[in-house]
Amino acid sequence: MKNRYSFGGDEHLFVECDESMSLEAFFKSLSMTNAVRDSQIRGVTEICPANASFQIKFNPDIIRPDDMLREVQAIESAASKTDPVIATRIIEIPVFYQDPWTHETLMRFRERHQDPQATDLEYAARINNYSTVDDFIAAHAGSPWFVSMVGFVAGLPFMYQMVDRPRQIQVPKYLRPRTDTPKLTIGYGGCFSCIYSVRGAGGYQMFGITPMPIFDPEQKTSYLRDFMVFFRPGDIVKFKPIGREEYDHTVEEVAAGRFAPAISDVTFDLREFQKDIDGYNARLEGMINGR
Amino acid sequence: MAVKVLNPGLSTTVQDLGRPGYFHLGIPIGGAMDRLALRAANLIVGNDEGAAGLEAVFIGPQLEFTRDALIAVSGADMPIKLDGEEKPSWTGLKVKAGQVLSFGFLKTGARIYIAIAGGIDVPIALGSRSTYPIGALGGFKGRAIAKGDELPVGNAGSGKEGQSVPEALRRRPGMPAELRVLPGLYWHRVTEQSHQNFFDDQWKVAPEADRMGYRFRGGRPLQFVERDQPFGAGSDPSNIVDSCYPYGSIQVPGGTEPIILHRDAVSGGGYFMVGTVVSADMDLIGQLQPNTPTRFVKVDMDGALKARADRAALLDRIRSVFN
Repeated sequence: MKNRYSFGGDEHLFVECDESMSLEAFFKSLSMTNAVRDSQIRGVTEICPANASFQIKFNPDIIRPDDMLREVQAIESAASKTDPVIATRIIEIPVFYQDPWTHETLMRFRERHQDPQATDLEYAARINNYSTVDDFIAAHAGSPWFVSMVGFVAGLPFMYQMVDRPRQIQVPKYLRPRTDTPKLTIGYGGCFSCIYSVRGAGGYQMFGITPMPIFDPEQKTSYLRDFMVFFRPGDIVKFKPIGREEYDHTVEEVAAGRFAPAISDVTFDLREFQKDIDGYNARLEGMINGR
Repeated sequence: MAVKVLNPGLSTTVQDLGRPGYFHLGIPIGGAMDRLALRAANLIVGNDEGAAGLEAVFIGPQLEFTRDALIAVSGADMPIKLDGEEKPSWTGLKVKAGQVLSFGFLKTGARIYIAIAGGIDVPIALGSRSTYPIGALGGFKGRAIAKGDELPVGNAGSGKEGQSVPEALRRRPGMPAELRVLPGLYWHRVTEQSHQNFFDDQWKVAPEADRMGYRFRGGRPLQFVERDQPFGAGSDPSNIVDSCYPYGSIQVPGGTEPIILHRDAVSGGGYFMVGTVVSADMDLIGQLQPNTPTRFVKVDMDGALKARADRAALLDRIRSVFN
């Protein structure tokens, strides 16, 4: 896997780690952006990791584009010699699957869907060969996810599941995008899950909703007082299915400033992970709340 | 409070030179679409070039000043009126308390910039006063201004009435508009013939043109180089595994209508891009009206850097007027 480099005008260096999505390509994107940040190259103004690529914005009045390219290429050759290990955090996100709000919304936009007779979850379960929606939810919530990109709009995480390729869930987007999506909807498009940080248009299939705000420009939410965006690229997410009662309770706890997301600092080692994916994931999950 | 909004116009927002540093979290740089015009208006009234002003698109607002002020309006060509009396653009104007600033119909260009000595003094959010409405961030309460709003203004500096930017230093798009483009990113996804067509064809600004992006129509559809779509990219040949989008990058969903991402860009997505408008020409896009004929002009990196240097030199000449 060798990077492909291209300039995005005179202010961006665009780097594609691989054409295809994979955990290896994401890991390379993340570790290289970390290395670029650590190297503190003069003139760099933004470092943006994406799923299997990344982008560096720079000021060409301070560093010439060719020099910028050379610096990052040098980091690529150095990175290939370092251990594939990152320090990150694992977060448990409560999800109310098959909730009434996304259900109401998906019914409103049925004519834009591939299968107007089914719900988004029924459709996704069927085309991924799960015999029931419950089995499908068990797979979605069963293994953790890497936040492979934060963006599109403010604070929206794209997530890629930490399982081997045959077990990756794949679902097409809506035929035509909806004009509405409830805030905090758990969505799915292609091979990525997402959480809609704000209400608005969207094309991803809708599976459920989390009671936990992830973007708060007013910074009133207790755990968003220091910074308004919750997710960072490289975060590991584990979904925890909850029912209506726990959903309502959590909404109240958030409003009262008493809710604290379950978060633990962890170290992720790509080699150890690849040796025993399920075992490694189980150990990661065990670290949530220091359990 | 110094400025009362009697009528907000179509979409008028507080903008400065933007908030770099948060694009990796999906928060775009934002700020004035036509940065040269905002800088010039600020220089005229004696502000820092990066002070917050108002950006109004297509239709100007109606504003009442509750105290004396020095203002300047730059950017698009739109008649400026103080209590109904026409006033010159790109020029320092004294406004008395109680006077009303209003505008006539837009003639050319798309966006005007209203600078007020002292700058619009809304709270700074993530390092900037620029409005990012999708995130309800910055500006006046995170949104476009509305009737009845009262905009705070900071303390004025040393600007003088009657100073102006000479006509020759007011940069405007030509007709047809020409935007210089550095090919790249996923340029290899389309055929040689399409490479040629993209630069040969005349395009037109579509109605879907805003701070997030400008869409164009009228050129021949792009033909893709055949391939098996990579895992995770989606089935359409214009799809890629979702990547970052540079500011100014040109995506072409389905190969038909190019979209140039602008200051309020989405930070990434799953459409391939053919290249990027050079930084020097981003200001010009902010002054394009729907239906404006537009040509994309191919440049290499040296051409992009030359354009950048030319723009910087123009800004220096504007600055020298006020020193």
